[in-house]
Formats: sequence, C-alpha cells, structure tokens
Amino acid sequence: MAHAHAHAVKRRTGIMDWLTTVDHKKIGIMYLLAGGFFFLIGGLEAILIRLQLMFPQSDVVSAQFYNELITMHGTTMIFLAAMPIIFGFMNAIIPLQIGARDVAYPFVNALGFWTFFFGGLLLNISFIAGTVPDAGWTMYAPLSGTTYTEHHGTDYYVIGLQISGIGTLIGGINFLVTIINMRAPGMTFMRMPMFTWASFITSALILFAFPALTVGLAALMFDRIFNGNFFNPSAGGNVVLWEHIFWIFGHPEVYILILPAFGIISEVVSTFSRKRLFGYSSMVFATVLIGFLGFMVWAHHMFTTGLGAIANALFSIATMLIAVPTGIKIFNWLFTMWGGSIRFTVANMFAVGFVPTFVMGGVTGVMLAVAPADYQYHDTYFVVAHFHYVIVGGLVMGIFAGMHYWWPKMFGRMLSEKLGIWTFWMFYIGFHLTFFVQHFLGLLGMPRRIWQYLDGMGLNNLNFISTIGALMMGVGTIMFLINVVITMRKPKNLSNDPWEDGRTLEWTIPSPAPEYNFAQTPLVRGYDAWWHEKMEGNTKMTPVEPIGPIHMPSPSILPFFMAVGLFIAGFGFMYSKPADWGTTGLIIGAAGLLITFGCMALRSWFDDHGFHIEEEEILKDQGVKA
Amino acid sequence: MKRFAPLMALLVLVLSACGREDLSALNPQGPVAQEQRDLMLISILIMSIVVVSVFAISIYVLIKFRRRKGDNSIPKQVEGSHKLEVIWTVIPIILLVVLAVPTLKSVFSLAKDYTEDPEALQVIVTAHQYWWEFEYPELGIKTAQELVIPTGKTISIQAKTADVIHSFWIPSLAGKTDTNPDGNVNKMYFSAPKAGVYQGKCAELCGPSHGLMDFKVKAVEPSSFERWQIAMLDTVQLPSDSEIASAFESQCLTCHAVGDYGGGAFPNLTGIGSRESVAGILINVEEGEIEYKHEDTVYNNLYKWIKDPEAVKPGNHMTGAYQLTDEEVAGIAEYLSNLTLDFE
Repeated sequence: MAHAHAHAVKRRTGIMDWLTTVDHKKIGIMYLLAGGFFFLIGGLEAILIRLQLMFPQSDVVSAQFYNELITMHGTTMIFLAAMPIIFGFMNAIIPLQIGARDVAYPFVNALGFWTFFFGGLLLNISFIAGTVPDAGWTMYAPLSGTTYTEHHGTDYYVIGLQISGIGTLIGGINFLVTIINMRAPGMTFMRMPMFTWASFITSALILFAFPALTVGLAALMFDRIFNGNFFNPSAGGNVVLWEHIFWIFGHPEVYILILPAFGIISEVVSTFSRKRLFGYSSMVFATVLIGFLGFMVWAHHMFTTGLGAIANALFSIATMLIAVPTGIKIFNWLFTMWGGSIRFTVANMFAVGFVPTFVMGGVTGVMLAVAPADYQYHDTYFVVAHFHYVIVGGLVMGIFAGMHYWWPKMFGRMLSEKLGIWTFWMFYIGFHLTFFVQHFLGLLGMPRRIWQYLDGMGLNNLNFISTIGALMMGVGTIMFLINVVITMRKPKNLSNDPWEDGRTLEWTIPSPAPEYNFAQTPLVRGYDAWWHEKMEGNTKMTPVEPIGPIHMPSPSILPFFMAVGLFIAGFGFMYSKPADWGTTGLIIGAAGLLITFGCMALRSWFDDHGFHIEEEEILKDQGVKA
Repeated sequence: MKRFAPLMALLVLVLSACGREDLSALNPQGPVAQEQRDLMLISILIMSIVVVSVFAISIYVLIKFRRRKGDNSIPKQVEGSHKLEVIWTVIPIILLVVLAVPTLKSVFSLAKDYTEDPEALQVIVTAHQYWWEFEYPELGIKTAQELVIPTGKTISIQAKTADVIHSFWIPSLAGKTDTNPDGNVNKMYFSAPKAGVYQGKCAELCGPSHGLMDFKVKAVEPSSFERWQIAMLDTVQLPSDSEIASAFESQCLTCHAVGDYGGGAFPNLTGIGSRESVAGILINVEEGEIEYKHEDTVYNNLYKWIKDPEAVKPGNHMTGAYQLTDEEVAGIAEYLSNLTLDFE
C-alpha cells in the first residue's frame, strides 16, 4: 500500500480537536451548531419584531431599532442560519451517501466553515459596536450609502457577508468536486440519492450566484469605504444597478436554500413510505430545470422598479414556468407515498407537513408572478407571508425533518419521538397562525417593514394572531433544544440502520460513522444501494477492496487563523477613515491580511502528506461493533 | 373567462367583506385597482384548483396508506408512470397559459402613457424622507401630503424621489410604483370615480419613519376641484400677531411656503388647516370624535407636531431645525389651523 509517505497518526483532543479538524463529519456538526446559534439569534429578533407589531402603534422597540431588527433578522436567517445548516447536512451526509471517505478538499472545507463563522461573528458584533445594519437585508442603495446611512451599519453588512461569502463559495466548489469525483464504484449520476443530487445543483447555483453578490458587495464597499460612486446617483451612479446585482444573486439564493430541503424531503418520504422515490429521473430533471430557471427570473423582485412593460411581461412568464417543475416534484412526493406503507416518525411528520405547506407558498409565488397584481402585493405582508411559507414552511420544515432523520447517524443517539411530536405540532400550528393571516394583512393594505400600523384600520386582530403564532414557533424551537439536551445524555447504542427502512449508503455504516466512514469502499449495484442489497437478502454491501491502511488528511489550525486574519482585516479597514481610527485602522487591516496570507504561505511551503489509519485499528473498530 | 363569472361573483362577495374601502386592495374603488383585483381573483381561482387537488391527494394518501400495526410487508417499488408524469406536467402548463393571457394584456394596458394626454390631469409626485410632494405642472400648484384630484378624470403620475427610493401606493385605487432618484421617472395612472378620501402609503423601506410615511388622496367633484385650484392660488395672509408672524417668517418660512411666501424645499403649507392630516400621520377630527391615539383636532395635531416632531416621526428632517417658545408654537399652530381653503 501507499506507505511511501507513512507518518505518525496525527490526532488532537478536546477543544484543539474541534479547532483543527478537517473531518467532514465534525465540520458538519460545527456548521449545525453555529447555524443553530445564529438561528436562535435570528429567531429572537423575529419574536421582538412580532411583539412590536402585536398591538397598533406600540413602542416596544424604537423605530431605528426596529429597522435594525428586520435587517439583521433577514440577513442572519438567510446567510448565517439557513445556509450553514444546509452546509451542515451536506457535510455530515453527502460523503456517506456517495460512499466516500471525506470531501475532496478537507482543508478548504474547514476554511469554509471558519470564514463563514467569523464573517457571521463580525456582522453580529455590530450590535455591540452600536452601529447595526438597518437598510433591510436587501440593502437598497442609496439608503445604504454613506449619504443616508452615516454610521457603520452597512459596513458590517458588506464586510461580514463578504467574509462569510468566501466560505459559502469554496464550500459550494468543494461539494461540486466531491460529488463529481468521489462517488464509490457503481454510483453513477443517475443512482445518486436525491439529497446528493439536490446539493449538487445547489452547489452549482452557489458557484454562479455568489460571485454576483461578491461583486455587488465589493462595489458597495468601495462606495462606502473608499468614496466610490457605483450607487451614487448625484455622481452618475445608478441605484437600480444594485437592485439587479442583488437579485441576480438573490433569486438563485432562494433555490440554493430550498433545493437541499427538497432533497431531504425526498429521502425522508421515500424511507418512511418504504417505497422507491416515484419518478426519480423526472425529479432529477425537475431539480436541474428549477436551477436553470432560477437564474432567469430575478426581475420579478423588481416589477415596481419601472423596468417597463416588456421586461415585466417576460419575467412574469418566466417566473410562472418555475411552477411546472415544482409541481412535478410535489406530485412525485405524493405518489411516492401512494401505495406505500407510511410510518409517522417525527421526521416524516415534518416531511408530510412540508408538502401542502410548500404548495401554499408555491401558489402565492405564481400569484406574485402576475406582474400587474404584484403592483398591489409588492412590499406588503402578502410577500412576507409568501416567502416565509417557502423558507420556513419549506426549508425549515425540511431542516427539522433532516435533523430528526439523520440525528442517529450523526450522533449515534435517537431524538425523543414523544417530544418530537410536540415540537412538530407546536411549530406547525404556530407557523400557520403566524403567516397565513399575513397574506390578508398585505391585501388589506399593510406594507412590510413598517414599525407601527395605525389603530382602527382593521389590522389589529390579524396582527395579534400572528404574534401568538410566532410565540408558539418559539416554544416549538425550545422544545427541540430540550430534546437535544435530553438526547445527549442517552447512551450511544444504535445499529447501522436504526430506522430499519434505510435505503442509502449512510445506513450501511456504524452510527455515528467512524473517522474513515467506510472501512471498505462499497460497490453500488443500483439506485437506493442499501435497499437493493437488502432486497437481495444481503446484510452488508459488497466491498471493492480488502481491509487495509486508510490515508487521512492531517488536522490543521491554519484555516482557523486564516479566518481570524480576515476578521481582523475587515474590522480594521471598516474604521480606517480619518474620522474613525485613520492610519491605525489601516495598520490593523494590513496586520489581519498578513495573518491570512502568512497562513496561506505556510500551507503552500510545508507539504503535509497526511497520515494512515492502520489495519489493526480498523479491525479493532469492527470487532467492537460486530 | 365567462364561465368563471358565477364563481368570480361569489369570490367578490366574500372578499368585499375584507377591508376598508379607503385602504384595502381587495376593495377597489377605481378601475386600475379593479383590474388588479380581478387578476388576483383569476389567479386565486386557478391556484385553488392546485391547492385543493394536492390537499385532497395528501389527505387520502396519509389515511389510506398509513402503516398498520404489525404490518411488515414491502410495498411494490414503483419507478414512476409516464402517463401520470405527463398529466401533471401538461395540466399546470395549461393552467399557466390561462393565467398568462390576462396577465400580459394587463401588463401592457397598465403601462399606458398618459403624460401627453390633454384629457388627463398631470401630477408630478416627489417622495422625500418621510413626506410626499405633489406638483400640478399645468396648474402651477405645489402641495404636500394630500393629493387632491377631480373624480372621474385620469390622473397621470410621474413619480421620482428627492433622496432614497420610496414607493407610491394607494391600495384601493392603484398598485404601487417605485420612486427612483436622478431623473429615472416612473409613470403610472389611475382614477377615482367616487368622491372620497383614500389612504396612500410608502411601500419601500426608506428609513426609521418608513411606516409613518402616509399620505391621502382626496377625490372631489370636478366643480370643487376647480374651486380648490383657485383657492390654492389665492393670496395668503401671514399671522396677524406680529411676534408670531416674525417667528413664523424666521423659523418656518425658511423651509416651508404658504402662498407666495417662503421656500419650496419642504412641504407647502397652503391650506394645511383643511387637510385630513398633519404630517400625513396625525389624523384631524372634530373635538369629541377622537377615537384613536393618532387622532386629534387640527390645532392639537399641529401643536403636537411642531412641539416635538421627533416623537411623531423619528428621523425626520424638521427636528432641531428651528427654535420656538411654547407661546410661538401655540400661535403658529393656531394660525396654521385656520389656514383653510373653502372648496368642498
């Protein structure tokens, strides 16, 4: 075997293990933890928003703080909660589903996590600094420019997101390469599990959509920090340009978020119906088509901008088209269950609850595509209701389904089903209470992002109901957290396939998976590889190699420090104007960059060939498990 | 569309119960909002077909195919069905075509340009951080916060902003259009067949007081509108008390205008005493009819506003721009509350 570069086994323990790990399973857990943490912050912001709107003309928070809350709620939930949690699942599950021992670039993977984390941290430090982004998560110019936002709020947004965006982009590239190159023998593209497919398309969307955001943020950063004029109308800049750039990124972003949820739902529904996913190839086709169309509809966010009748007409039609592949998916899920043997685990309850909920978000999407009607819906609570149906009713339900479904695989312990059922009903009912009534609030004349609404306008009752629903969602989330804490104290004693109906490769290896995932790379002989073997009466996969030493990447602290360097650099440059810290800011910024580039140099000059896990250790692992 | 007529009628009945006449997009009071509401109804109808069928299949499947206790059978593993897959691809396409046709028609009809139409009343709308300026270029009139229009006539709007992006919206009369900076003017039109006061809103986040950036559209009979034009151009008397007059001139008219006096950078105050609101958000009512926190007599509202504008509209540009004693505030409020126009 490849013992030419035999090195001592490199392992670290305790906190250093987590700071230096390049293991996709540990990085997945860190993504879930950090994403969950930001989800709680974003949720708290949501609760404050709803408390302010519980009664008309109330003063729970000030007008300025309210705008900060809505901005940070949107930004945090999209960039720092939803996306990292999705990356958490992708990390934890995809290598297992395709029969790989790690992702293609473990070091880059760690770097992606740390840049996301420090970018998010920088954004949220704005609360401590007292200058919080307040121009909405869409950051429309010129409101976000220096003329109308003199404080550093927008700077935190621009630089924080730029840094965390690096993480997202390299994460996306990493998964593209991983899925293309690291599938086990026999795992052809058309045998890949649906979650892997969806994540593959999502990664491709990230690859094409995030550069647009990067360019937009860079331009806005030039405007704000170096007195540029990209979005300054008085100097020939154009504010509609920002809208275009933002939404050319922003609309694919919606599909970046929802496609992995589609993938999770496909896995869960199929597993707990004990049935093959209905119309697998049309599901793949629909996913790809949604990905394509997702890039051609951005201007439906701008129907009222004044692009003219022809643009509005074209984007109306293009947007409606997306309903077709989405409809295909919905009916495929329903017919996966048709004739199946449906088991109502908590994971499946979330998945089953997802289907009609997402349809409601989908049909309001088609309604919004009708441009002239959108002149009425646009920027009202109708839109707020619509995208929360898609993102919470779709994505968050998918996340909860995935959490309950894969928790045993990630942690070797089963979440409490009893508490899970309570979580589900509390969250589900709360969700519909919160957002269903908001459709009507919008139609009755309530714009979105308003700090107060007047008394006597017929908006009081619906707003009150909405707030009660939000509180219920809060309680549901707390129940989930309690479930996690309780579960962490249970013994790790699960089998490889604790649901007993597992269909894909992750259910062929121990729960939780060992460091090297597969002691022997499996041979994939069909779609739903593990189910295929089970149906043939096999109790394990056919290996394609004998047991032997496994090559592993070494842990490294460099990704952590690279991200720290960017964090320091961003902080320094933000305050480098003469009115702030002046030259000191520049020096801090340069020092930060020096750390990052220094770490890159170290990485380039000192080769690290990794290490091997020897045969004895693998055999010992298997002996314990057998 | 004819065959949907009875269903549409039913929906209209249900929805008309929804919302105030002066505020709700579901309760349209003019042809433009009417057209938009009709499109909403068509899309709701078509979409309810989808929702109902998905819900029906879901409920059936979940009940019929739930796993019974002790059932350990393996269901038939179905790969798919070309027939079914074609059905649920083609039917949505047909539904979308049905929706797309009226959508396209309406996109182009609502984009009609009335700015050269001599029959239409031209209005230039300029949005400012947190107030609305309405200019009638043909009439030589500038006013603020309250757009007075004649009933029945097409109002041709050219919308722009003086600062950040806002959005001009009168839910019960017409959908919104954004106000862009720097000569990027958006056009729209609407009309109000019925006399009345309609609520207008800013619909694009524009700063802390975005939610308070309301305005009113007051539709009056054409004859009243003519009287209003004349009254607006009439000469205005300054306060009779000389101390109040000098305070008003030195502190207020530097920014505001009444009649021929003062500057034009901020809201024109001519006829403010007969407007529906002060600052767009404090609603003027008669004494004894005060029902809500934002309602008061015109004098009290003016006093409240001039005394502490920050408390009414956080982040506005009037805060701290002047210094007045309590007596001067009272005197100016008194003067402005009597600055009325008799035209209705």
